[in-house]
Amino acid sequence: MSEVLVVVDATREFGVKKVTLEMLTLARELGTPSAVVLGGAGAAEALSAKLGEYGAEKIYAAEGDEIDGHLVAPKATVVADLVKRVQPAAVLLASSQEGKEIAARLAVKLDNGILTDVVALAADGTATQVAFAGSAIVKSKVTRGLPLVTVRPNSVNPTPAAVTPAVEQLTVSLTDTDKLAKVVDRVAEQKGSRPELTEAGVVVSGGRGVGNADNFKLVEELADLLGGAVGASRAAVDSGFYPHQFQVGQTGKTVSPQLYVALGISGAIQHRAGMQTSKTIVAVNKDGEAPIFELADFGVVGDLFKVVPQAAEEIRKRK
Amino acid sequence: MNIVVLVKQVPDSGADRNLRTDDNTVDRGSANNVINEMDEYAIEEALKIKEAHGGEVTILTMGPDRATESIRKALSMGPDKAVHVVDDALHGSCAVATSKVLAAALGQLGADLVLCGSESTDGRVQVMPHMLAERLGIAALTGARKLTVDGATLTVERQTEEGYEVITAATPAIVSVWDTINEPRYPSFKGIMAAKKKPVQTLSLADLGVAAGEVGFAGATSTVLEHSKRPPRSGGVKVTDEGSGGAQLVEFLATEKFV
Repeated sequence: MSEVLVVVDATREFGVKKVTLEMLTLARELGTPSAVVLGGAGAAEALSAKLGEYGAEKIYAAEGDEIDGHLVAPKATVVADLVKRVQPAAVLLASSQEGKEIAARLAVKLDNGILTDVVALAADGTATQVAFAGSAIVKSKVTRGLPLVTVRPNSVNPTPAAVTPAVEQLTVSLTDTDKLAKVVDRVAEQKGSRPELTEAGVVVSGGRGVGNADNFKLVEELADLLGGAVGASRAAVDSGFYPHQFQVGQTGKTVSPQLYVALGISGAIQHRAGMQTSKTIVAVNKDGEAPIFELADFGVVGDLFKVVPQAAEEIRKRK
Repeated sequence: MNIVVLVKQVPDSGADRNLRTDDNTVDRGSANNVINEMDEYAIEEALKIKEAHGGEVTILTMGPDRATESIRKALSMGPDKAVHVVDDALHGSCAVATSKVLAAALGQLGADLVLCGSESTDGRVQVMPHMLAERLGIAALTGARKLTVDGATLTVERQTEEGYEVITAATPAIVSVWDTINEPRYPSFKGIMAAKKKPVQTLSLADLGVAAGEVGFAGATSTVLEHSKRPPRSGGVKVTDEGSGGAQLVEFLATEKFV
């Protein structure tokens, strides 16, 4: 069977991201998964056990400051060279900012079609995409080149299939054009040990109704009790209650968790665009006419400052 | 500094949006079409840079005839002129082909800085800045929440999942922005009146030296096979809190095995 290249999405803080395990699971349906690790020195070593656990027969590693110290262009050059050499059956990347950017450059370098935000991929290359803020389902196909797709987190249930991967270090040969955009600093702002927003199984979000930044503690408390990530509506972010990287919606992150809890969020289209494909939706809002209730599997019309502490207490009791 | 801002006309994301049943493209005919919201932040950033450093701001749009409305709206914010790439053969173009056309247009305009929104609200594909950078051989600084211009050096704070990165490059470069970067100005009455007289140059594929077969359905690198409406969610149980709302909520979560 042909190789399927999975470009690994990993962070310094969390290691291999769940979407990578989803991609490896998906790749096993299409061929033999090979993971491509692009990062600083020692990246592949740190990630190989996890990648092997999910079926990466091979790991291609391109490491070093040239990869890590520039924005995506060197990564795209490395993957493009690899694609030309191994002629894979497909290339999978995460539908994250960086994944899409690498894929964008690959599409131009290889004169190849590209499909983003893919939630399923059939053996014949037919991809399923969710479009227009989750209101449409689209089936599409790359018609020039190989299936080059970015996979949306929380699309596939990751299942282990342990192998011992063979690691191959790639020779990195870059041009000056690959090194035009330099990363001069990285500043961590992520708080605590909560799961990453787009990958979390549970997301608890607060909106304008939370009232101020301090009250977001209530949202965080419920998120922690449910083992979830914290999100925020645009109204809450614009009001300065919570940082922008946690914004869920049209101009923020798209999430699709098992459980989405909306606290003090009215459910404007801007917000729905980022969360309406969640499996189960729960809402607390004092306005019984709020559009969020049209989506909610369970809604409580009431004061979130009474409902949420009571819910938190009840969860503690049950633990 | 010669700045070009990419502006896309999109169907209003606040209204019902569809794909056409005849050719599977975005239905722009029956939609209320507006400027892609994120592009307004790119325009604002361009105007601020011009105000601080001098130069000229040009709007670049590829789209059908009716995109003229969005171009005038963009010009009413303050840019100097616009270029509209319009050609019947463009209908059905994929992202790869679109980048070919925009790159050709940018090549003619010779910008020091290209600004654009991080994504459009219709496709949300987020690939255009890097596709253009790849074709033009220039730097792409994407996902900016802050942009600083110091002579020919650009420095950007790029929002990431873990925090932010500080990235830097020399002009010419393309920078994409998020909506956290500024607060776009409202067009003034004077601006709206002035926009009507600002030059809008139209360019065809022939003007750009791109063959019709390289774009549209003929040149597409991917195709939509079918599409359907996702069944709307039906609201579930709604209770009014009369002192036990929190407990009822947890009871529901327990039934669904979340606690």
